[in-house]
Amino acid sequence: MKIARMAAVALVLALVAGCSKEKADPGGAGAPGAPAYGDAIVDGSIGDVSGFLTAVTSDSASHGAANYVFNGLVRYDKDLKLEGELAESWEVTPDGKRITFHLRKGVRWHDGEPFTSDDVLFTYRRLIDPNTPTAYAEDFRQVTRASNPDPHTFVVEYGKPFAPALASWGMHILPKHLLEKHPDISRSPLNKKPVGTGPFRFVEWKTGEKTVFEANPDYFEGRPYLSRVVTRVIPDPATMFLELKSGGIDMMGLTPLQYTRQTETEEFRTSFNKYRYLSFGYTYLGFRLSHPFFSDKRVRQAFAHAINKKDIIDGVLFGFGQEATGPYKPGTWVHNPDVRRYPFDPEKARALLAEAGWTDADGDGVLEKGGRTFAFTVLTNAGNESRAKTAAILQQNLAAVGVRMEIRTLEWAAFINEFVDKRKFDAVILGWSITQDPDQYDIWSSQKTGPKELNFVGFRNAEVDRLLEEGRRTFDMEGRKKAYFRIQEILAEEQPYVFLYYPDALPVVHKRIHGVEPAPAGISYNFIKWYVPEAQQRYTTFQK
Amino acid sequence: MAAGATSMFRDFLRRLLKNRLAVAGAVVVSFLFVVAAYPSAFARHDPSRIDVRKILEPPSADHPLGTDELGRDVLSRMVHGARISMEVGFVATGIATAIGLVVGLIAGFYGRWVDGVLMRFVDIMLCFPSFFLILAVIAFLGPSIINIMAVIGLTSWMGAARLVRAETLSLKERDFVSAARAQGAGNLRIIFRHILPNALAPILVWATLGVAGAILVESSLSFLGIGVQPPTPSWGNILTAGKDNIEFAWWLSVYPGLAILVTVLGYYLLGEGIQDAADPRLKGR
Amino acid sequence: MLRYIARRLLLTVPLLIGISLISFLVIHAAPGGPVEMATDLNPKVTAEARERLRAYYGLDQPVHVQYAQWLGRMATLDFGQSFSRDGRQVSEKIGERIPVTLSINVLSMLLIFLVAVPLGIYSAVRKDSWFDRISTVAVFTGFAVPTFWLALLLMILFGVKLGWLPISGLVSLEYDSLGPAAKVWDRTSHLLLPVFVSAFGGLAGFSRYMRSNMLEVIRQDYIATARAKGLPERKVVFRHAMRNALLPFITILGLSVPGLLGGSVIFESIFAIPGLGQLFYQGVMSRDYPLIMGALVIGAFLTLIGNMLADVGYALADPRIRTE
Repeated sequence: MKIARMAAVALVLALVAGCSKEKADPGGAGAPGAPAYGDAIVDGSIGDVSGFLTAVTSDSASHGAANYVFNGLVRYDKDLKLEGELAESWEVTPDGKRITFHLRKGVRWHDGEPFTSDDVLFTYRRLIDPNTPTAYAEDFRQVTRASNPDPHTFVVEYGKPFAPALASWGMHILPKHLLEKHPDISRSPLNKKPVGTGPFRFVEWKTGEKTVFEANPDYFEGRPYLSRVVTRVIPDPATMFLELKSGGIDMMGLTPLQYTRQTETEEFRTSFNKYRYLSFGYTYLGFRLSHPFFSDKRVRQAFAHAINKKDIIDGVLFGFGQEATGPYKPGTWVHNPDVRRYPFDPEKARALLAEAGWTDADGDGVLEKGGRTFAFTVLTNAGNESRAKTAAILQQNLAAVGVRMEIRTLEWAAFINEFVDKRKFDAVILGWSITQDPDQYDIWSSQKTGPKELNFVGFRNAEVDRLLEEGRRTFDMEGRKKAYFRIQEILAEEQPYVFLYYPDALPVVHKRIHGVEPAPAGISYNFIKWYVPEAQQRYTTFQK
Repeated sequence: MAAGATSMFRDFLRRLLKNRLAVAGAVVVSFLFVVAAYPSAFARHDPSRIDVRKILEPPSADHPLGTDELGRDVLSRMVHGARISMEVGFVATGIATAIGLVVGLIAGFYGRWVDGVLMRFVDIMLCFPSFFLILAVIAFLGPSIINIMAVIGLTSWMGAARLVRAETLSLKERDFVSAARAQGAGNLRIIFRHILPNALAPILVWATLGVAGAILVESSLSFLGIGVQPPTPSWGNILTAGKDNIEFAWWLSVYPGLAILVTVLGYYLLGEGIQDAADPRLKGR
Repeated sequence: MLRYIARRLLLTVPLLIGISLISFLVIHAAPGGPVEMATDLNPKVTAEARERLRAYYGLDQPVHVQYAQWLGRMATLDFGQSFSRDGRQVSEKIGERIPVTLSINVLSMLLIFLVAVPLGIYSAVRKDSWFDRISTVAVFTGFAVPTFWLALLLMILFGVKLGWLPISGLVSLEYDSLGPAAKVWDRTSHLLLPVFVSAFGGLAGFSRYMRSNMLEVIRQDYIATARAKGLPERKVVFRHAMRNALLPFITILGLSVPGLLGGSVIFESIFAIPGLGQLFYQGVMSRDYPLIMGALVIGAFLTLIGNMLADVGYALADPRIRTE
């Protein structure tokens, strides 16, 4: 299980674990035993790392591995509030245009060199450098001036107040002394053999096989208890589960089916602790709003009534998830729980469709209007099992109200390039991951409907545009909250997407590992405090 | 000539029927044809009928092979999947056979540089791990049934081409071809009337084995997530869905696994049997 | 002999060019490009950033220029840099994966050889016996069973239920701290299932081929002569028949390379083995063009080498070939 901590990263598909709301299963607490140093934890990952410098990678395996080695200036704590990491504290000027970071003193890179504000400035410069093939430059380009008046102070200024700025400094800080000779950091040796300030030091990366890290005894928050972290690459999920059961790995993310049906044995319970919390993402049905069927709000609302979200959650997630009402996660400060809801009601759906002119005149079970039958194709990407299942259930739900939906699964690149980017689709089933910062300008602004841009459904709403700007310019949380609450109301009313569900993350950790405490941020936020009591330690050859 | 052909065919049948393994294969294959032609006769349920209250139920009277991860009837999906899997097998092999016939006939009949060029091309194609090629193309073009059938066909015709070429080479030296030519028959006429019919037996055997191979390739693609896409059922994707629950929902992987195994086995035994029976001299080859 | 080898080598040049062209064409059939793949639907990527990445990878050049450049470099085994964000040399990435894949394939070929030859001979000698029938069904079962399914069943049996063998991977985590004997066992135990699964699938082709070769040879005049001379049947079968039946078998071993390589995609995924097959699959899924082209060419190249070795072996075994 990998924790993408950076606020800047908004990857689709990445059902990266993150946040939490619900309590762990009973039995989550381990048997008594004093914290002790030593032992290793073995994690399983579907994909291999592609590099360790987060700025130039975009997959969750790489970001997860990088988090062991590197730190940002800030991070989200267990309650998803920003706190200092390499920065001890910071100040924002009242006009919101200038942030001053006060850096931690006495921090050293893994090779012994001291960490200073030079490193921060260097990292910033590399992020906006055209030679750096990074996908995350945008937030840093808003900076008009960056400076480091002394080794422990770093100052950035912005042209306009930019609320997501603070979170963007969760970006990993890179060692200047090891990178300054490499114009392209993605090709530097550091991308393969990282040297950071983080809790673990890099040991080895056997491509396609595993990555190994060992505890950093000089970590500024104290040495982690676990001596080693090994992440094994196991591409097939069925194999990974067998490895878990046979003791080959200690930790993985379970599927809902594994969680309910395959881990309820006595044997499993004596060896593992299961956890459950809402993950950072949602799945939706998105309409091309310029499509003649879907330009009518009543049709979209009818769909929302026709879709049995509970069936989807039961069928696809085995109940491990919540009905989605908007683009933010329930339980976070930005989530508005009081938006318009669309209970499952086929009758009402039919009535709304009839109001919009869709009736079954010829009695064939499919609606018509002006000679056109209500048949369309929904697209989703191949290889995503839960989306395929969701599509199958939607098909059945919609058939019940007289709408014929065909399902077409496409390979990801073709899906995006040939259909989404060219706007050649009727509707799509996709997902977004939810970033900690609520700014969703790229997804909902009418300025972002161009080719390759993310408002591909073509949602245009003047009030939402204004509110999105306002949210970006406001640092005050109450002020931002008001803007985003209103946006959620409008989205719920307009239904440019039918928001379907927020799935749960279902991690499992071997029972000998103690100190796992689920929080809104998930389980990994206190990874350095995880330990195995002396008597239960398993990989003793790594002891040091 | 006609009487001769009939008695040859009778001999062939007699030899085929004596081979018990081949007969078993033939039974399997014909049964599958019936299933694929009349799926509704074998399964009462709609293969795409979802019921979230019946997820992964073990086999029962109502669902003889249990239900899948969306509560659909596995028997119905298997039966309808048989049709898809057979379609993939037959169309892919059809494409391969057609290309192989054309390339082999042209190369064998015209010889010289035509033969040289075509056979070098065959050599080149044979060098590629064909599964690599299939994988790359399917991943790029997307896993639609049409793409899958076309790509498997386009990467598996080389054996047929070599086979047909060899037959053509030996046939064109035979007396009846010279006789036809002496009577003024044109090239096309010779190819279609004299050579093609005689080259059909080995190509039929080859095609039988090809169908089996294509069914297996589809299941491998499904395993990698780029086979026939759900909700369309194919044996490959039912098996793949089953593999993640292999330990507790055994019915979801055991039945499609066995179905693939028995089918491919059936095709192979039948193919071998036809070969043995068609060419008694080289029995077992 | 040297001249024979030299001529064989020369013949591979046009094949190599054909191989490279087909690999290149396959790649360019793809809609979209690797940059799109890496940046799709990422809110933080601007159009400008995307163009920057395109230029960076040389994708703004016309196709034939890209091919010419690539072909020139290919001659020196330089396949360029991987599109993956590690930015490593393709030749290096493939190079580190080949030993694993090759050794598993060589082991499984060896196993196939050791099983298929006696099986084929015995089936031929005892044609239509129960042994012949059962072995026929058995070897075809190996071919007909979907590899990944068989692999999972074996993993459950030997890995989880019995606990005798590790489930996946190449070595245990504590490999480095093991003694020499334990190291050998550790490696062997990890290889048992993958090699078995890979060999079981290939058995059918070879044992049937051996069987039919034997059947053919047994019918030949010189066998009849040998029998007529009153040689014991054992001697006839093993001395005379087998040797001649083995000859064409050498060629087919060479031809089996592409099939085994293709199969490695599946068993390397299921057994989590970091080999060429897995690398290729990941490359395909992430549109790593240079890597895909490199792997296709290397795969075909390995086949060529396999064929060459087989031909040379054949020539060594059968002097008639050399003088031809």
